[in-house]
Amino acid sequence: MNPAADEKMNIVVAGHVDHGKSTVIGRLLADTDSLPKGKLEQIQELCRRTSRPFEYAFLLDALKDEQAQGITIDSARIFFKSAKRHYLILDAPGHIEFLRNMVTGASHAEAALLVIDAAEGVRENSRRHGYMLSMLGVHQIAVLVNKMDLAGWSRDAFEKIADEYKHFLQEIGLSASFIPVSGMAGDNIARRSERMAWYDGPTVLEALDAFIKEPLPVDKPFRMPVQDVYKFTSAGDQRRIVVGTVETGAVRTGDELIFYPSGKKSRVKTLERFGSPPPQVYEAGQAAAFTLEEQIYLTRGQIAARAGEPAPEIGRRFQVHLFWMGKEPLRTGKDYLLKVGTAKQPMRVEAVLSVMDASDLRMKSGQDFVGYHDVADCILQTARAIAFDLSDRFPTLSRFVIVDEYEIRGGGLIRKVLPDAEEPLRQRVMQRNLKWAMSTLSREQRWERYSQKAALVLITGRKNVGKKTLARALERKLFAEGKLVYFMGIANVLYGVDADIKTPGPDTSHRPEHLRRLGEVANLMLDAGMILIVTAIGLTQSDLEIIRAAVDSDLIEVVWLGPDMTDIQADLQIDNPDNPDEAAAQVKRLLQQKGIIFSV
Amino acid sequence: MADHLDQLENLSIHILREAYANFKSLCMLWSVGKDSTVLLWLARKAFLGHVPFPLVHIDTSFKIPEMIEYRDRLTRQWHLDMIYGINTEALERKETFPDGKVDRLRCCKLLKTEALKNTLSGAWPRYRFNHSADRYEVDPNREPFTGVIVGLRADEEGSRSKERYFSKRDRLSEWDIADQPPEFWNQYKTDFAPGTHVRIHPLLDWTELNIWEYIEREKIPTVSLYYDQGNGKRYRSLGCWPCTFPINSTAKNPREIIEELRSGQLKNIAERSGRAQDAEDGGGLETLRREGYM
Repeated sequence: MNPAADEKMNIVVAGHVDHGKSTVIGRLLADTDSLPKGKLEQIQELCRRTSRPFEYAFLLDALKDEQAQGITIDSARIFFKSAKRHYLILDAPGHIEFLRNMVTGASHAEAALLVIDAAEGVRENSRRHGYMLSMLGVHQIAVLVNKMDLAGWSRDAFEKIADEYKHFLQEIGLSASFIPVSGMAGDNIARRSERMAWYDGPTVLEALDAFIKEPLPVDKPFRMPVQDVYKFTSAGDQRRIVVGTVETGAVRTGDELIFYPSGKKSRVKTLERFGSPPPQVYEAGQAAAFTLEEQIYLTRGQIAARAGEPAPEIGRRFQVHLFWMGKEPLRTGKDYLLKVGTAKQPMRVEAVLSVMDASDLRMKSGQDFVGYHDVADCILQTARAIAFDLSDRFPTLSRFVIVDEYEIRGGGLIRKVLPDAEEPLRQRVMQRNLKWAMSTLSREQRWERYSQKAALVLITGRKNVGKKTLARALERKLFAEGKLVYFMGIANVLYGVDADIKTPGPDTSHRPEHLRRLGEVANLMLDAGMILIVTAIGLTQSDLEIIRAAVDSDLIEVVWLGPDMTDIQADLQIDNPDNPDEAAAQVKRLLQQKGIIFSV
Repeated sequence: MADHLDQLENLSIHILREAYANFKSLCMLWSVGKDSTVLLWLARKAFLGHVPFPLVHIDTSFKIPEMIEYRDRLTRQWHLDMIYGINTEALERKETFPDGKVDRLRCCKLLKTEALKNTLSGAWPRYRFNHSADRYEVDPNREPFTGVIVGLRADEEGSRSKERYFSKRDRLSEWDIADQPPEFWNQYKTDFAPGTHVRIHPLLDWTELNIWEYIEREKIPTVSLYYDQGNGKRYRSLGCWPCTFPINSTAKNPREIIEELRSGQLKNIAERSGRAQDAEDGGGLETLRREGYM
């Protein structure tokens, strides 16, 4: 057997509606003897019975709907094998409203066949699909100028289209080979056309086999978005296992890893695998699992990189190139979710810089939304800092999608990281985390011992609404139930830790530094496993971001007491501050809902 | 250099881990057939020897007895969290094809689709294996499953080739083929509106041949009905005994099945050709699947 015969390649077939994608694929399957036995005859018989002319496209239309409408709805998967290797063909339909299926197919493809009708020529979707391929990172393309039978097998007709489309591809930085074909008659698909003797390039089958299987990016810096940290202690398994799929590079036992955006550092203790001995290395493309020497606190969404290799970027404001597939436009000021690697963060569009129609590359500026099927440059802002790479360096982790009302409606590439207010603070926190003296006890071990997760409960609100009264009531309540809890009065920080910056009078310029120090003190208490209750007057969202940047925990619960809330996004608002016991019970329910305390 | 089975395995494990990280109430359907058993094996790999979610089996009461024995054997041996659901009412009313009251498709709809929907939603009782008592007991937990892992493959038939890895189902478990979200790179649909659920398909890119190659490579225990029963017949796909028929084959182990699929008598013959319900009308399976069938 051919040694490479087990090689597999994913191919997307794209193109404008009715330009003949399904016919080309049907013909390719028929001419390479790849169809199930009797399938061709079965469809031919069906056509005879229903007095329809047979078409190779019918072979793909396994669904009732498609047969009724004569269109291909989804990116069907078709398995096919040449003498060289296995192919998975992702048939991407051309109808404009099915662009998301084309994107689905193309984003899993290593190469593309793009079909253009010789009679109709280059259409809007021919260009739009070309543009999508470039954004999605598919750079090996063969353009099939189809229906040459209808163009009189004319070399001029072929070259006219090839020149026009070649020019378009050049503008977007792509190149391709061009093949004149007839799916209907079978010319230049699996066998060479005698009617187009003027063409001496490859057939479609030869072009497929000439695509290069790109090596996995094992020689790039190590990147692994953390998918999860597993602990199956209830099943008697004491291992604490970090898992994720390696995007680039490789990881081995003993490697020093840094996790971003936190900057936490640890060394790989063991590589783990079930059912067979552990491997020597986990590299790009592999679903990895390993344990760490030091018990650092890790969560899904962080990116693992190797110390000494280029670090990923960190930020919460960035310039992106994106495309939008939602019927509702992408708008500034609306709340969305952004997913990069395994991170998911609330996100807003800060500005739309320019908008382009991908079918003609026409640019528009001065609009504050991105319409259906438009491509745009925008500035995005996430709620909290995330780690990623830039598209011109390591594209894999520059790729993101936008979730709107539960659905993925757009995607794109991060091009540039922009400054934000907390950046200097993050730098200091990262420095702190790098230098942090590690306990041999993990955070989870403490949590198990204390039957609680560490959390910071921030009680805020206007002056004199009873914040301290509530804080004390809550402290007593949790303490009585056996929790490890501490109420930290603001004065305890102000006149001690802040002694050097606290100036008398109405001067508030020290406030950011005060909040940072408050965050640092809270961070120590949380690391020790405490539920810490802090009160502060009139916190805003930007105040909260400062505290968040300093505290290495997701577990910050914001309680707003009384009316007249600032822009802060509170986890709980208590309207009636007059009954502290009832209010404390409400906060307790919140902590139960969030899984911070478990007992009743 | 990773071979094609490694590539398939890595992607499937990635998808299983994404499902586990994103869905609070997750389960995996296990028909005890070869595909879902490979899926179960992959889950043990993904979670380093554990299966951290329940397995759900829909019992029609017409499964070949060895399938149920095998299910319970592995449940004990691998310490699986095993749940089964069943359409007791239809069985009591004898609304089944073997009882002669309904046709094959109606029987599938009642005993499989309806039982599946109501088991997933928690509307009907679920029977959960109690390992210390060594028996199935009615599960007091009726929480609906919001993520359902299913072992279907795109090469099985046309409508399955249109699936996504993460595919949404509405409140009635129905599937709208024309309105599916895009899957970019390795980002999947993991957000869902209340009352809906997502079906997760980690084996979408596997072929029947890949499944057998993997079973052979990993030495995965499978039901013996897949092999020559001594009479020159074996099952190529497993289902209910009144509607699933063995094929003529003398393959006695995975190696011989692989040979049969690669170059022997089964090359280019559709896998489900031994299933009678698919032949009832041209789109039988598609109709069933739109309504919530696997």
